[in-house]
Amino acid sequence: MIQGIPLYYFLVVSTLMFFIGIFGFLTRKNLITMLMSIELILNSVNINFVVFNKYLYPQNLQGHFFSIIVIAVAAAEAAVGIAIIINIYRNFRSIDVENVDQMKN
Amino acid sequence: MINYSYTILIPLIPFIVFLFTGLTGHRMKPVVSGIIGSAGLGIAAILSYYTAWQYFWHSHVAGSAYVPVKAFEVTWLRLNENLVINLGSLLDPISVMMLIVITTVSLMVHIYSIGYMKGERGYHRFFSFLSLFSFSMLGLVLATNIFQMYIFWELVGVSSFLLIGFYYEKPSAVAASKKAFIVTRFADLGFLIGILMLSFTTKTFDFISLTSPGGPAIASAGGATFLGFSVLVWSLIFIFMGGAGKSAMFPLHIWLPDAMEGPTPVSALIHAATMVVAGVYLVARLFPVFALGAPDALHVVAWVGGFSSLFAAVIACTQTDIKRVLAYSTMSQIGYMMLALGVSGYGGHEGLGFMASNWHLFTHAFFKSLLFLGAGAVIHAVHSNDMRDMGGLRKYLPVTHITFLIACFAIAGVPGFSGFFSKDEILSAAFEHNRVLFFIEYAVAGITAFYMFRLYYNIFWAKETHYHHTPHEAPYIMTIPLMILAFGSVFAGYLPFSHLVTSDGLPFAAHINWSVAIPSIIIALAGIGVATFMYMKTNGLPDKIANAIPHFYKWAYHKFYFDEIYLFVTKKIIFRYISTPIAWFDRHIVDGTMNGIAGLTQLTSNSIKDFQSGRLQQYGFVFVSGAVALALIFIFLW
Repeated sequence: MIQGIPLYYFLVVSTLMFFIGIFGFLTRKNLITMLMSIELILNSVNINFVVFNKYLYPQNLQGHFFSIIVIAVAAAEAAVGIAIIINIYRNFRSIDVENVDQMKN
Repeated sequence: MINYSYTILIPLIPFIVFLFTGLTGHRMKPVVSGIIGSAGLGIAAILSYYTAWQYFWHSHVAGSAYVPVKAFEVTWLRLNENLVINLGSLLDPISVMMLIVITTVSLMVHIYSIGYMKGERGYHRFFSFLSLFSFSMLGLVLATNIFQMYIFWELVGVSSFLLIGFYYEKPSAVAASKKAFIVTRFADLGFLIGILMLSFTTKTFDFISLTSPGGPAIASAGGATFLGFSVLVWSLIFIFMGGAGKSAMFPLHIWLPDAMEGPTPVSALIHAATMVVAGVYLVARLFPVFALGAPDALHVVAWVGGFSSLFAAVIACTQTDIKRVLAYSTMSQIGYMMLALGVSGYGGHEGLGFMASNWHLFTHAFFKSLLFLGAGAVIHAVHSNDMRDMGGLRKYLPVTHITFLIACFAIAGVPGFSGFFSKDEILSAAFEHNRVLFFIEYAVAGITAFYMFRLYYNIFWAKETHYHHTPHEAPYIMTIPLMILAFGSVFAGYLPFSHLVTSDGLPFAAHINWSVAIPSIIIALAGIGVATFMYMKTNGLPDKIANAIPHFYKWAYHKFYFDEIYLFVTKKIIFRYISTPIAWFDRHIVDGTMNGIAGLTQLTSNSIKDFQSGRLQQYGFVFVSGAVALALIFIFLW
């Protein structure tokens, strides 16, 4: 399976995914892309959970189950998020985040 | 023991009428509210007469003393075991006498007003206020304790305020009503302090226990003194201050002439016959305490009364507004009553002044309200208050002319008319106790006769004035009250007052003291004669006399500049040196603190408002930066 691959490599991958996600969330103007960036962040966390569980406590399963919960929550979040985005599109004829600043004051 | 509890209805009926006409008056025809008001007062008047008949004659054993009767009493406030405030009705000779005065004059004024106020806006408002006043005044005279009296005392002040300011579109009426309220309210401050001092030393509010000769009030006459007077004397002087304010005694008289801005029937009822004598009634009510416990306070009453009567009489000679002449005359006559109380002793013939004062109150109510209502009829006919616009009216207003003349004879003290009897008793009492005041009152009697006939001749004789339209006599609804009051003005003097209203309740024999009466008759006739000579036909004599004493005339014409002195004291001294700094402190320190806190909050929120831009990615950035910063802190500083 993953014998011979050190923990360090997995952490590098998940850290890269995490910061790519943050960067995308902060810089992309398209709401769909921002939603996808959030998925990236969540998945990087999932990798961390699974990997730490596998390497540090192989006899336990909590990390695996936690990542499954995160996936379920992410699915729900994506559904709600996309519903919001569709409504924003109906109102503004655009899904550019710059146009959606009515929340101020 | 006769059950008098129905007397509680006497004030309650006007109160119900007040509520009824006040709340539903705008839905009925104006004249209906007037008729309802008069009917309510009529019932109250009948009950009063019945009470008087029962109290003075029916239930009374001849020769025995009249005892105060507590007809009705309920506990209103129980603050603690010792401090209980009751409401009720107390019947004794003076309160029964006042019931008759108030209900009679008020009924006459109600009937008269049905005609006088015809076509005025706020007709039902006028009648509901009149009923409110009647209720308050009746509650005042029936008070069983000094606290109840104070409550109703303020209520009459309020109704007086409302009625003086009846024409509230007129700035002068508004100013006059405010002036009356503030001046009397200021005097009532003294009254309240007096009540607190008196009840603190005697531990009671109740009139019966206060005024019983062996009661706690008189027993406390000794004790600690302040500036040479005992606490009792001081408390009575403070209470008298309240009475002086209501009764327009010098130096709190300034509101009464201005109060003539109100409708004339109001002047007749409130500012001539009833409310302004409340001060006299107050002193009479507490008279045993004054006479037995604090003769020094009684001297104050006598001198204030005596001085006011002279002061007002001199001013009355120079005024040209007929209602103002009558206002100063009222002040002068109330001065007489105060003086009579002041020179009286307690018990038997010593209490002559007490009896004379109440008698004069009684007769004065008739002839002075008659004078005011007559003046109202004149004003109604010529639409002016100024006697220079009048003259020769005797041909046009025959009923008013005759009744006015009767009232003038009564007030001048011509023998046979009611004023003669009561004034003679006052002069006799003064003669026995204080010669200086006695001679002042002789002078005032002459001046009174002079200015009343000056008024009379200027209205009904003198020059033939050209009127825009021929003046016509008032309708019957106005002249009939005049005739009834004229009847009272003549015959109120034949009541056996010394058998009914005395300081200790026991009857005594009072006779006309001819050695006092004959000079007073001569003086009164001399005053009338001088007035006839000067004013019956228009001639240059009044002007010549005025020019001979220019300074004095000018002083008196300007009421000795008392309004100006008050204005100077209030505006230039109190407002500038006390009120202005306090206002500054309020505006800058008190308000400033609050405004500063509010301003600081606003400034802070303005400066941090921009954080909430609504831009999602900015929020995200701040959030991430915060997380990073926290992470750095936890990693490197922990």
